[in-house]
Amino acid sequence: MAGEIWSIGELRDGELKRPSLEALTKARALADATGRKAALVLVGQDLEATGKEAAAYGADLLYLVEHGELAAYRTEPHAKALGDLASERKPEAVLLPATSQGKDLAPRLAARLRTGLATDCTDVETDASGTLTFTRPIYAGKALEKVRIPDARPQMATLRPKVFPVGSPDASRQPEVVRVTPEVAAGAVGTTVRETVQTSAGRIELTEADFIVSGGRGLKDAENFALLEELADTLGAAVGASRAAVDSGWRDHQDQVGQTGKTVTPSLYIACGISGAIQHLAGMSSAKCIVAINKDPEAPIFKVADYGIVGDLFEVVPALKSALLEAKS
Amino acid sequence: MNIVVCVKHVPDTEAAIKPLPDGSGVATEGLNYVLNPYDEFAVEEAVKIKEAGGDTQVTVITVGPDGATKSLRTAIAMGADEAVHLNDPVFLETDAQGTAVILAAAIQTLPFDLILCGKQAVDDDCAQVGPALAELLGIPSVSVVTQLELEGDGKKATVHRELEGATEVLECTLPAVLTTQKGLNEPRYPALPMIMKAKRKEIRTLDASALGLSPDAFAPRTETVEVSSPPPRQGGRILEGDVAEVVREAVRLLKEEAKLL
Repeated sequence: MAGEIWSIGELRDGELKRPSLEALTKARALADATGRKAALVLVGQDLEATGKEAAAYGADLLYLVEHGELAAYRTEPHAKALGDLASERKPEAVLLPATSQGKDLAPRLAARLRTGLATDCTDVETDASGTLTFTRPIYAGKALEKVRIPDARPQMATLRPKVFPVGSPDASRQPEVVRVTPEVAAGAVGTTVRETVQTSAGRIELTEADFIVSGGRGLKDAENFALLEELADTLGAAVGASRAAVDSGWRDHQDQVGQTGKTVTPSLYIACGISGAIQHLAGMSSAKCIVAINKDPEAPIFKVADYGIVGDLFEVVPALKSALLEAKS
Repeated sequence: MNIVVCVKHVPDTEAAIKPLPDGSGVATEGLNYVLNPYDEFAVEEAVKIKEAGGDTQVTVITVGPDGATKSLRTAIAMGADEAVHLNDPVFLETDAQGTAVILAAAIQTLPFDLILCGKQAVDDDCAQVGPALAELLGIPSVSVVTQLELEGDGKKATVHRELEGATEVLECTLPAVLTTQKGLNEPRYPALPMIMKAKRKEIRTLDASALGLSPDAFAPRTETVEVSSPPPRQGGRILEGDVAEVVREAVRLLKEEAKLL
């Protein structure tokens, strides 16, 4: 019986996050290409309804790994439960979204299974037998590498969010449901979640945003970011920052885009007063469309921008906001 | 308290990176190598804990070629007490999971209450070693830590972990592996006297046989089949005109050409 292609789902507030649907869509495509079955694996509690709805995106099998101790994500018990299931069912491949949870879980699971893992992949191809070739950025995207896992099984990968498409759901899909109730000793887990504090103040988070307005040294101080926030509000965008802006104390570390900040893949990235240092480009150069606003016509950002505006951002940004509002009405 | 900090010697982020002509890897000749930026947060945090008082020893450890001693000495100059260099040509042929096996073998011979390492290395960006190491040692791990407070008895820590748009506060029993993120602290620039002293520090060097490791134990499970440059972005256009014209044109293009609005 050919090994299955698994995608591990990640839940937030009882719903499957979009990157999990991206991974499931990919698992479906790989399963179709190799004559295998695709499975959605969920770990937590009371998963049936959510699982069946998500399975419409391509699961032949739905594994529900349920236990009270697994309701909130913690690395060790989730890695153990998935490891035990994988050792028993021997999937050919296990895909996870490269979200903060997936990036935390996958290496631990791979170590447990003594298998290979390709992280933050931007493409996955297969041959007829199911040997996968993973494409992943290295050096913050300055280069790409293609990786294979020739012998170890399952082949594991985390997929970069917002890169892989989500297929159309097929509500008529009836997956085979496999219920697993693992043993989880309550005292055996070394970590306890005390609380979760929202930090994004109602704005969408950078790695999940389709539109980003970002500011750099050209903003000159923290208060001026209000201009960008107004533009962002008009677009429903997140607000990012270059390292210069963060190191100057104008914006929080969580807002930094770049090699030592976040890698973002929005549809639109508007860079204001950002020169385009190599480390910043590393974080945003895979945006679909880049607009650059900078006083300096020689700024490197203009080499990667689709649309460049050479001008004073203190004039251009408010004018752009007005033009957008005009276009909306 | 015994703190072990795992570090990596990597090309600095200024480097323009090009693949080798045969695509077998990246051209590393002539690149400037430094202590991995995310590992700086780990070293700084360990040194801060040491400076807070109590009897704390910080040992920094790396798997790397001969030149990696430079990064070990940077860590010592920042305040680490001891350095261990896992240096064997065979070590350089493995992958992230294999590196975790090598580190686990070495760390098991040391006293440790806390293990810190950067969340990822800025060359391969794998972000695997920390959690994999914890799994092999059978201890808890928390990744992407932005705040760390030790409980008085040194048996527990309260950590802040970065999620998408949120911060999770966890309690973690020690020993544990914590991977460090920007925002945890401000790494110090070592003072010149410390740099000079670090130059003279003796570094313990161990190879595979010293660790009792056969190559099978840390053989790579992944193989790189090709390294290439990403497709270059097509040059765009500069919009001309006064501010009012330019922004109207930008909105039109975003709507009609880019089809984003």
